[in-house]
Amino acid sequence: MNAAALPYLSILRARFALMLQYRAAAFAGFATQCWWGAIKVMVLAAFYAGSAHQPINLAQAITYTWLGQGLLGLLPWQADAEISAAVETGNVAYERLRPVDTHTFWLARAIAARAANTGLRVLPMFAVASIFLPMIGLEAWSWHLPSGPQAAFLFAISISLTVILSSAFTVLLNIAVTALKTRRAANIAPVLVSPLSGMIVPLVLMPLWMQPFLFWQPFAGLVDIPYRIYFGNLAGSAALEGIAAQCLWVVLFIVIGRAWMARVMARVDMQGS
Amino acid sequence: MTQISVENLSKSYSVAVRDPGLAGAIRGLFQRRQRQIAALDDVSFSLERGELLGFIGPNGAGKSTTIKILSGILRPSSGSCHVDGLVPWEQRITHVGRIGVVFGQRTQLWWDLPVVESFALLRDIYRVDQPRFARTSERLIDMLKIAPLLDTPLRQLSLGQRMRCEIAAALLHSPSILFLDEPTIGLDAISKLALREFVKDLNRTDGVTVILTTHDMHDIEALARRVIIIGNGKLLRDSSFESMRAEVLGERRLIVDFANDSSDVEIEGADVRARDGRTVEFAFDPERTPAHTLIARIAASHEVVDIRVEDPKIEEVIARFYTLHGAVES
Repeated sequence: MNAAALPYLSILRARFALMLQYRAAAFAGFATQCWWGAIKVMVLAAFYAGSAHQPINLAQAITYTWLGQGLLGLLPWQADAEISAAVETGNVAYERLRPVDTHTFWLARAIAARAANTGLRVLPMFAVASIFLPMIGLEAWSWHLPSGPQAAFLFAISISLTVILSSAFTVLLNIAVTALKTRRAANIAPVLVSPLSGMIVPLVLMPLWMQPFLFWQPFAGLVDIPYRIYFGNLAGSAALEGIAAQCLWVVLFIVIGRAWMARVMARVDMQGS
Repeated sequence: MTQISVENLSKSYSVAVRDPGLAGAIRGLFQRRQRQIAALDDVSFSLERGELLGFIGPNGAGKSTTIKILSGILRPSSGSCHVDGLVPWEQRITHVGRIGVVFGQRTQLWWDLPVVESFALLRDIYRVDQPRFARTSERLIDMLKIAPLLDTPLRQLSLGQRMRCEIAAALLHSPSILFLDEPTIGLDAISKLALREFVKDLNRTDGVTVILTTHDMHDIEALARRVIIIGNGKLLRDSSFESMRAEVLGERRLIVDFANDSSDVEIEGADVRARDGRTVEFAFDPERTPAHTLIARIAASHEVVDIRVEDPKIEEVIARFYTLHGAVES
């Protein structure tokens, strides 16, 4: 193993192993997500029944919904719970006592948490929505496979970038929590992430004039871009453009995070703790 | 050889202040006032390799601030500080790889992980190679008697067990300096004694420099040859504990249980410090009136059940020192 990367890979592995232990939470989450998925699919069906011409068809919108339920764990809704607790108790000082780059270290932790959390849920969700539903005759409501090998390949790249993008945003939330000394500093996250990622309503169903903005804002890379690549709504150069948008925001989030981290850690006082 | 040198170190915090009441709160919405609080004020000292330094002072005196600057977490407002040739807050990553830190009220191990997995993670974070890690950890596990605890997640350990694991964790990368910030806080008597023995041994056998802050004066008495006292951010004294005791409170105590009512007993050469029923505590200066003279005087004039001679308690010496220097938090 590369010596320079060793601490970061090691924390990634440990966090991943730890997250896999939370089976009960994963099961509860899975049940909730099946329920929500079913409701959202029905709402979409009602919406499509009233207006036939939409940028994506109903089958694609349904696949989009199941993908979203399966990959819900990738969304950066909160700061790292352990770091938030450490900030509130003063333990965060220890983060600076480790001979590692704090930003990279936090990023590795976040990637592990997102990947493990999602890995646990996506397979059962896929089993239910893609295999079980057609078996009981609900083919029309099921989760379809990617539109082709090229879409599958581009999706694999795009969803990997989603993991990094989401984790880089999680680190920004961690820094906000550290700067303001309360986990409530991260409460801004769901307000931004839920609507702007396309988790609530697919972004392509929003008004046409908003599309350029929606495509290039950072949170589209969490849901909208990878999912549309999945069923071929973004293909060829449009797919590459989507991946470029994700790369752009990954880089910006990391650059901003590193600069902000340096500022916050220089003035964080931790008096009396 | 000088390992740590601290020159004219100062650190001030700015604290937001507002006028009292609702009107003050509303004014505070538009106009924030900041007040500067000096946590450290022009502190200088230096430390040789292999020393064991006790760092004491009342709450809020600046002990933790000093430890945090020395360990690279905090950046001072002014002054300079070198540890093994490095400026801690500027070369943080290299610096923290060479030191070990234990904060008594904090934990650096992972709450949900078995201790042994936390150790393995620390091995990778500190980039300790496996053969060296195996040697060091085996020795620490043996010395701190933590072998039966290793497979337990940290959250299931008692405070005393946890502290032993924390100390082992801080030493896995063989640091040359160990910072202990109130390591015995909340520990039972046996754990405290064991911890003191371990630290003494580590300092003597391995030559690890130890800087210890504590409120438990028995830690200081048992461990530190040299003591720095800090109050209101200023360095008040830097000397051996014994020399401070002699200077601050050289007197001894004579405690007498009288057979009869003792409410009006006075003895020449000794001052009454406390009365409790038939027991009276006298203070005397052994240089001027030796104990045997005093005892003879008392026995000659009163009927006595028991007599004991004691040194003032270490807490008392320190409290007296703080009061003399106006060091107690206002």
